[in-house]
Amino acid sequence: MGFFRTLFQPKRNSASIAKERLKIVLAHERASSRAPDFLPTLQRELLAVVGRYVEISDDGIRVTLGSSGGTSTLEINIEIEGGKVKTGGPSGSALSAAV
Amino acid sequence: MAKVIVVTSGKGGVGKTTTSAAFAAGLALRGHKTVVIDFDVGLRNLDLVMGCERRVVFDFINVINGDANLNQALIKDKRHDNLFIFPTSQTRDKNALKREGVERVMEELKQQFEYIICDSPAGIEHGAITALYFADSAIIVTNPEVSSVRDSDRIIGILASKSRRAERNEAPVDVHLLLTRYDPARVAKGEMLAVDDVKEILSIPLLGVIPESESVLRASNTGTPVVFDEDSPAGRAYVDAVARYLGEQREMRFVTPERRSFFRALFGRA
Repeated sequence: MGFFRTLFQPKRNSASIAKERLKIVLAHERASSRAPDFLPTLQRELLAVVGRYVEISDDGIRVTLGSSGGTSTLEINIEIEGGKVKTGGPSGSALSAAV
Repeated sequence: MAKVIVVTSGKGGVGKTTTSAAFAAGLALRGHKTVVIDFDVGLRNLDLVMGCERRVVFDFINVINGDANLNQALIKDKRHDNLFIFPTSQTRDKNALKREGVERVMEELKQQFEYIICDSPAGIEHGAITALYFADSAIIVTNPEVSSVRDSDRIIGILASKSRRAERNEAPVDVHLLLTRYDPARVAKGEMLAVDDVKEILSIPLLGVIPESESVLRASNTGTPVVFDEDSPAGRAYVDAVARYLGEQREMRFVTPERRSFFRALFGRA
Protein backbone atom coordinates (compact mmCIF):
# COMPACT_ATOMS: atom_id res chain seq x y z
CA MET A 1 0.00 0.00 0.00
CA GLY A 2 2.61 2.45 1.18
CA PHE A 3 4.64 1.72 -1.91
CA PHE A 4 1.77 2.48 -4.28
CA ARG A 5 0.85 5.60 -2.39
CA THR A 6 4.32 7.07 -2.72
CA LEU A 7 4.40 6.02 -6.34
CA PHE A 8 1.11 7.49 -7.47
CA GLN A 9 0.47 10.34 -5.06
CA PRO A 10 3.25 12.87 -5.27
CA LYS A 11 3.15 14.55 -1.87
CA ARG A 12 3.85 18.28 -1.57
CA ASN A 13 6.42 18.67 1.12
CA SER A 14 5.12 20.08 4.35
CA ALA A 15 7.71 22.84 4.63
CA SER A 16 6.44 24.52 1.45
CA ILE A 17 2.86 24.25 2.71
CA ALA A 18 4.00 25.91 5.94
CA LYS A 19 5.65 28.73 4.03
CA GLU A 20 2.59 29.35 1.88
CA ARG A 21 0.23 29.40 4.87
CA LEU A 22 2.48 31.75 6.82
CA LYS A 23 2.73 34.19 3.92
CA ILE A 24 -1.03 34.41 3.63
CA VAL A 25 -1.80 34.75 7.32
CA LEU A 26 0.96 37.30 7.93
CA ALA A 27 -0.04 39.46 4.96
CA HIS A 28 -3.51 39.65 6.47
CA GLU A 29 -2.34 40.29 10.04
CA ARG A 30 0.18 42.95 9.07
CA ALA A 31 -2.47 44.88 7.17
CA SER A 32 -4.83 44.90 10.12
CA SER A 33 -2.20 45.60 12.79
CA ARG A 34 -0.93 48.65 10.93
CA ALA A 35 -4.36 50.27 10.83
CA PRO A 36 -4.33 53.49 12.84
CA ASP A 37 -5.95 53.57 16.27
CA PHE A 38 -8.62 56.08 15.34
CA LEU A 39 -10.48 53.82 12.90
CA PRO A 40 -12.80 52.16 15.45
CA THR A 41 -13.75 55.56 16.93
CA LEU A 42 -14.26 57.06 13.47
CA GLN A 43 -16.45 54.10 12.61
CA ARG A 44 -18.59 54.58 15.74
CA GLU A 45 -19.00 58.31 15.18
CA LEU A 46 -19.90 57.87 11.52
CA LEU A 47 -22.45 55.29 12.51
CA ALA A 48 -24.04 57.76 14.92
CA VAL A 49 -24.15 60.61 12.39
CA VAL A 50 -25.39 58.59 9.42
CA GLY A 51 -27.78 56.73 11.71
CA ARG A 52 -29.65 59.99 12.34
CA TYR A 53 -30.70 60.13 8.69
CA VAL A 54 -30.95 56.55 7.49
CA GLU A 55 -31.52 53.13 9.02
CA ILE A 56 -28.24 51.31 9.40
CA SER A 57 -27.13 48.41 11.53
CA ASP A 58 -24.05 48.36 13.72
CA ASP A 59 -22.20 46.02 11.41
CA GLY A 60 -23.32 47.71 8.21
CA ILE A 61 -20.29 49.98 8.12
CA ARG A 62 -16.78 49.28 6.94
CA VAL A 63 -13.93 51.76 7.26
CA THR A 64 -10.59 50.89 5.69
CA LEU A 65 -7.42 52.80 5.15
CA GLY A 66 -5.40 51.72 2.17
CA SER A 67 -2.60 52.98 0.03
CA SER A 68 -1.65 52.53 -3.57
CA GLY A 69 1.27 54.26 -5.16
CA GLY A 70 1.83 57.62 -3.52
CA THR A 71 -1.73 58.21 -2.30
CA SER A 72 -3.57 56.99 0.77
CA THR A 73 -7.26 56.34 0.60
CA LEU A 74 -9.87 56.26 3.31
CA GLU A 75 -12.73 54.12 2.16
CA ILE A 76 -16.02 54.21 3.97
CA ASN A 77 -18.71 51.77 3.01
CA ILE A 78 -22.13 51.96 4.60
CA GLU A 79 -24.96 49.56 3.91
CA ILE A 80 -28.42 51.01 4.33
CA GLU A 81 -31.01 48.55 5.59
CA GLY A 82 -33.67 48.02 2.96
CA GLY A 83 -33.07 51.50 1.61
CA LYS A 84 -34.99 53.11 4.48
CA VAL A 85 -34.38 56.83 4.69
CA LYS A 86 -35.44 58.71 7.82
CA THR A 87 -35.61 62.32 6.50
CA GLY A 88 -35.99 62.31 2.79
CA GLY A 89 -33.03 62.39 0.46
CA PRO A 90 -32.00 59.88 -2.14
CA SER A 91 -32.81 56.28 -1.31
CA GLY A 92 -30.01 53.93 -2.22
CA SER A 93 -28.74 50.65 -0.95
CA ALA A 94 -25.20 51.77 -0.39
CA LEU A 95 -23.53 55.04 0.41
CA SER A 96 -19.92 55.14 -0.55
CA ALA A 97 -17.34 57.84 -0.21
CA ALA A 98 -13.70 58.05 -1.00
CA VAL A 99 -11.53 60.82 0.42
CA MET B 1 27.65 53.86 25.50
CA ALA B 2 25.92 50.86 27.04
CA LYS B 3 23.63 48.85 24.79
CA VAL B 4 20.38 47.22 25.85
CA ILE B 5 19.55 44.00 23.97
CA VAL B 6 16.21 42.27 24.43
CA VAL B 7 15.91 38.56 23.72
CA THR B 8 12.30 38.01 22.76
CA SER B 9 10.01 35.78 20.69
CA GLY B 10 6.34 36.05 21.59
CA LYS B 11 6.11 32.27 21.74
CA GLY B 12 7.30 30.29 24.74
CA GLY B 13 9.78 27.45 24.75
CA VAL B 14 11.75 28.54 21.69
CA GLY B 15 15.02 29.18 23.55
CA LYS B 16 14.94 32.74 24.90
CA THR B 17 16.60 31.94 28.22
CA THR B 18 19.15 29.61 26.61
CA THR B 19 19.93 32.37 24.11
CA SER B 20 20.12 35.09 26.79
CA ALA B 21 22.55 33.00 28.83
CA ALA B 22 24.64 32.03 25.80
CA PHE B 23 24.72 35.51 24.33
CA ALA B 24 25.63 37.18 27.63
CA ALA B 25 28.39 34.66 28.25
CA GLY B 26 29.57 35.03 24.64
CA LEU B 27 29.84 38.82 24.99
CA ALA B 28 31.70 38.40 28.30
CA LEU B 29 34.12 35.97 26.63
CA ARG B 30 34.79 38.65 24.02
CA GLY B 31 35.87 40.99 26.81
CA HIS B 32 32.69 43.01 27.28
CA LYS B 33 31.30 43.59 30.73
CA THR B 34 27.80 42.18 30.46
CA VAL B 35 24.77 41.69 32.69
CA VAL B 36 21.84 39.42 31.90
CA ILE B 37 18.48 40.31 33.47
CA ASP B 38 15.53 37.98 33.98
CA PHE B 39 12.25 39.80 33.18
CA ASP B 40 10.06 36.74 33.73
CA VAL B 41 8.58 37.76 37.08
CA GLY B 42 7.06 34.82 38.91
CA LEU B 43 8.70 32.24 36.65
CA ARG B 44 12.37 32.78 37.44
CA ASN B 45 14.59 30.45 35.43
CA LEU B 46 17.62 32.34 34.21
CA ASP B 47 19.31 31.65 37.57
CA LEU B 48 18.99 27.89 36.96
CA VAL B 49 20.25 28.08 33.38
CA MET B 50 23.19 30.20 34.56
CA GLY B 51 23.83 27.85 37.48
CA CYS B 52 23.54 30.46 40.23
CA GLU B 53 20.16 29.52 41.75
CA ARG B 54 21.61 29.01 45.21
CA ARG B 55 23.26 32.39 45.26
CA VAL B 56 20.10 34.49 44.79
CA VAL B 57 19.53 36.71 47.83
CA PHE B 58 17.98 39.89 46.47
CA ASP B 59 16.18 40.32 43.15
CA PHE B 60 14.94 42.83 40.57
CA ILE B 61 11.78 43.69 42.52
CA ASN B 62 13.77 44.23 45.76
CA VAL B 63 15.94 46.75 43.91
CA ILE B 64 12.96 48.49 42.29
CA ASN B 65 11.25 48.80 45.67
CA GLY B 66 14.42 50.07 47.31
CA ASP B 67 14.74 47.07 49.65
CA ALA B 68 18.22 46.34 48.32
CA ASN B 69 20.75 48.18 46.23
CA LEU B 70 21.82 47.05 42.80
CA ASN B 71 25.18 45.64 43.80
CA GLN B 72 23.58 43.49 46.50
CA ALA B 73 21.33 41.87 43.89
CA LEU B 74 23.86 41.39 41.07
CA ILE B 75 25.45 37.93 41.04
CA LYS B 76 28.96 37.70 39.64
CA ASP B 77 29.45 34.63 37.47
CA LYS B 78 32.04 32.20 38.79
CA ARG B 79 33.34 31.30 35.33
CA HIS B 80 33.93 34.78 33.99
CA ASP B 81 34.76 38.12 35.59
CA ASN B 82 32.87 40.12 32.97
CA LEU B 83 29.59 38.30 33.46
CA PHE B 84 26.82 39.20 35.92
CA ILE B 85 23.34 37.83 36.51
CA PHE B 86 20.42 39.91 37.74
CA PRO B 87 17.69 37.51 38.91
CA THR B 88 14.00 38.30 38.99
CA SER B 89 11.51 37.77 41.77
CA GLN B 90 9.19 34.83 42.30
CA THR B 91 6.32 37.11 43.32
CA ARG B 92 2.94 36.41 41.76
CA ASP B 93 2.24 40.09 41.27
CA LYS B 94 2.76 40.38 37.53
CA ASN B 95 2.70 44.17 37.59
CA ALA B 96 5.51 44.45 40.11
CA LEU B 97 7.83 45.66 37.34
CA LYS B 98 6.90 49.33 37.28
CA ARG B 99 8.24 51.15 34.28
CA GLU B 100 9.71 54.07 36.26
CA GLY B 101 11.45 51.65 38.60
CA VAL B 102 12.83 49.60 35.71
CA GLU B 103 14.02 52.78 34.01
CA ARG B 104 15.93 53.86 37.13
CA VAL B 105 17.60 50.44 37.42
CA MET B 106 18.47 50.44 33.70
CA GLU B 107 20.14 53.83 33.98
CA GLU B 108 22.16 52.58 36.92
CA LEU B 109 23.18 49.41 35.02
CA LYS B 110 24.27 51.51 32.04
CA GLN B 111 26.87 53.17 34.25
CA GLN B 112 28.48 49.81 35.02
CA PHE B 113 28.02 47.62 31.95
CA GLU B 114 28.67 47.64 28.21
CA TYR B 115 25.85 45.26 27.38
CA ILE B 116 22.57 44.69 29.18
CA ILE B 117 20.75 41.55 28.00
CA CYS B 118 17.04 41.43 28.83
CA ASP B 119 15.56 37.93 28.91
CA SER B 120 11.89 38.50 28.04
CA PRO B 121 8.99 36.35 29.23
CA ALA B 122 6.79 34.75 26.56
CA GLY B 123 3.62 36.49 25.45
CA ILE B 124 2.81 40.12 24.74
CA GLU B 125 1.68 41.11 28.23
CA HIS B 126 3.16 43.60 30.70
CA GLY B 127 6.38 41.65 31.37
CA ALA B 128 7.26 41.19 27.71
CA ILE B 129 6.47 44.83 26.88
CA THR B 130 8.59 46.03 29.82
CA ALA B 131 11.48 43.82 28.70
CA LEU B 132 11.50 45.27 25.18
CA TYR B 133 10.62 48.86 26.07
CA PHE B 134 14.18 50.07 26.74
CA ALA B 135 15.87 48.04 24.00
CA ASP B 136 18.40 49.36 21.49
CA SER B 137 18.68 45.95 19.80
CA ALA B 138 16.40 42.93 19.72
CA ILE B 139 17.20 39.30 19.12
CA ILE B 140 14.10 37.57 17.79
CA VAL B 141 14.43 33.92 18.77
CA THR B 142 12.46 31.84 16.28
CA ASN B 143 12.00 28.13 15.67
CA PRO B 144 11.47 26.95 12.07
CA GLU B 145 7.83 26.25 12.78
CA VAL B 146 4.62 28.10 11.83
CA SER B 147 3.42 29.29 15.24
CA SER B 148 6.85 30.57 16.24
CA VAL B 149 7.31 32.49 12.97
CA ARG B 150 3.88 34.07 13.29
CA ASP B 151 4.52 35.15 16.90
CA SER B 152 7.92 36.54 15.90
CA ASP B 153 6.23 38.69 13.28
CA ARG B 154 3.85 39.98 15.92
CA ILE B 155 6.64 40.86 18.34
CA ILE B 156 8.59 42.63 15.54
CA GLY B 157 5.48 44.79 15.00
CA ILE B 158 5.27 45.53 18.73
CA LEU B 159 8.95 46.55 18.83
CA ALA B 160 8.26 48.97 16.00
CA SER B 161 5.31 50.59 17.78
CA LYS B 162 5.61 50.14 21.55
CA SER B 163 9.32 50.47 22.34
CA ARG B 164 10.71 53.63 23.87
CA ARG B 165 12.59 54.34 20.64
CA ALA B 166 9.31 54.16 18.73
CA GLU B 167 7.49 56.36 21.24
CA ARG B 168 10.23 58.98 21.10
CA ASN B 169 10.53 58.83 17.30
CA GLU B 170 14.18 57.82 17.60
CA ALA B 171 16.04 55.42 15.31
CA PRO B 172 14.13 52.12 15.44
CA VAL B 173 15.28 49.17 17.55
CA ASP B 174 17.61 47.12 15.37
CA VAL B 175 16.15 43.65 15.11
CA HIS B 176 18.02 40.42 14.43
CA LEU B 177 16.69 37.00 13.61
CA LEU B 178 18.14 34.05 15.49
CA LEU B 179 16.83 30.74 14.23
CA THR B 180 17.09 28.05 16.90
CA ARG B 181 16.47 24.28 17.04
CA TYR B 182 17.33 24.06 13.35
CA ASP B 183 17.57 20.57 11.91
CA PRO B 184 19.35 20.70 8.50
CA ALA B 185 18.54 17.04 7.78
CA ARG B 186 14.80 17.65 8.12
CA VAL B 187 15.09 20.84 6.06
CA ALA B 188 16.80 18.83 3.30
CA LYS B 189 13.86 16.42 3.34
CA GLY B 190 11.36 19.26 3.04
CA GLU B 191 9.95 18.63 6.50
CA MET B 192 11.08 21.89 8.09
CA LEU B 193 11.07 25.53 7.03
CA ALA B 194 14.49 26.48 5.68
CA VAL B 195 16.47 29.41 7.03
CA ASP B 196 15.93 31.34 3.78
CA ASP B 197 12.16 30.81 4.00
CA VAL B 198 12.01 32.25 7.52
CA LYS B 199 14.28 35.13 6.54
CA GLU B 200 12.09 35.91 3.54
CA ILE B 201 8.86 35.79 5.55
CA LEU B 202 10.06 37.93 8.46
CA SER B 203 12.38 40.10 6.30
CA ILE B 204 14.83 40.98 9.06
CA PRO B 205 18.60 40.36 8.99
CA LEU B 206 19.82 36.97 10.13
CA LEU B 207 22.16 36.90 13.12
CA GLY B 208 22.63 33.15 13.32
CA VAL B 209 21.29 29.65 13.04
CA ILE B 210 21.57 27.44 16.12
CA PRO B 211 21.30 23.74 15.28
CA GLU B 212 19.14 21.40 17.30
CA SER B 213 21.71 19.91 19.64
CA GLU B 214 21.85 17.55 22.58
CA SER B 215 24.36 19.86 24.19
CA VAL B 216 21.67 22.49 24.91
CA LEU B 217 19.84 20.22 27.34
CA ARG B 218 23.13 19.10 28.81
CA ALA B 219 24.07 22.75 29.36
CA SER B 220 20.85 23.60 31.16
CA ASN B 221 21.03 20.39 33.20
CA THR B 222 24.35 21.54 34.60
CA GLY B 223 23.65 25.27 34.68
CA THR B 224 26.36 26.19 32.20
CA PRO B 225 25.77 28.61 29.29
CA VAL B 226 26.22 26.50 26.16
CA VAL B 227 29.02 28.72 24.76
CA PHE B 228 31.32 27.34 27.46
CA ASP B 229 31.00 23.90 25.82
CA GLU B 230 33.55 24.15 23.03
CA ASP B 231 32.59 20.78 21.55
CA SER B 232 28.98 21.75 21.13
CA PRO B 233 27.73 22.76 17.65
CA ALA B 234 25.09 24.96 19.32
CA GLY B 235 27.75 26.58 21.48
CA ARG B 236 29.93 27.31 18.46
CA ALA B 237 26.94 28.67 16.55
CA TYR B 238 26.23 31.06 19.44
CA VAL B 239 29.88 32.19 19.47
CA ASP B 240 29.52 32.97 15.74
CA ALA B 241 26.27 34.87 16.35
CA VAL B 242 27.93 37.00 19.03
CA ALA B 243 30.82 37.74 16.65
CA ARG B 244 28.35 38.80 13.94
CA TYR B 245 26.54 41.01 16.43
CA LEU B 246 29.89 42.69 17.13
CA GLY B 247 30.29 43.38 13.41
CA GLU B 248 32.38 40.44 12.21
CA GLN B 249 31.65 38.59 8.99
CA ARG B 250 31.29 34.88 9.64
CA GLU B 251 29.94 32.22 7.36
CA MET B 252 26.82 30.38 8.55
CA ARG B 253 27.72 26.95 9.85
CA PHE B 254 25.44 24.02 10.66
CA VAL B 255 22.90 24.89 7.96
CA THR B 256 23.53 21.87 5.76
CA PRO B 257 23.21 18.25 6.87
CA GLU B 258 26.39 16.93 8.42
CA ARG B 259 28.18 14.45 6.23
CA ARG B 260 29.14 11.44 8.21
CA SER B 261 32.37 9.86 7.10
CA PHE B 262 32.38 6.23 6.07
CA PHE B 263 34.21 5.12 9.21
CA ARG B 264 32.03 7.15 11.51
CA ALA B 265 28.92 5.73 9.89
CA LEU B 266 30.40 2.26 10.17
CA PHE B 267 31.27 2.53 13.83
CA GLY B 268 28.24 4.62 14.74
CA ARG B 269 30.08 7.49 16.33
CA ALA B 270 28.30 10.78 15.83
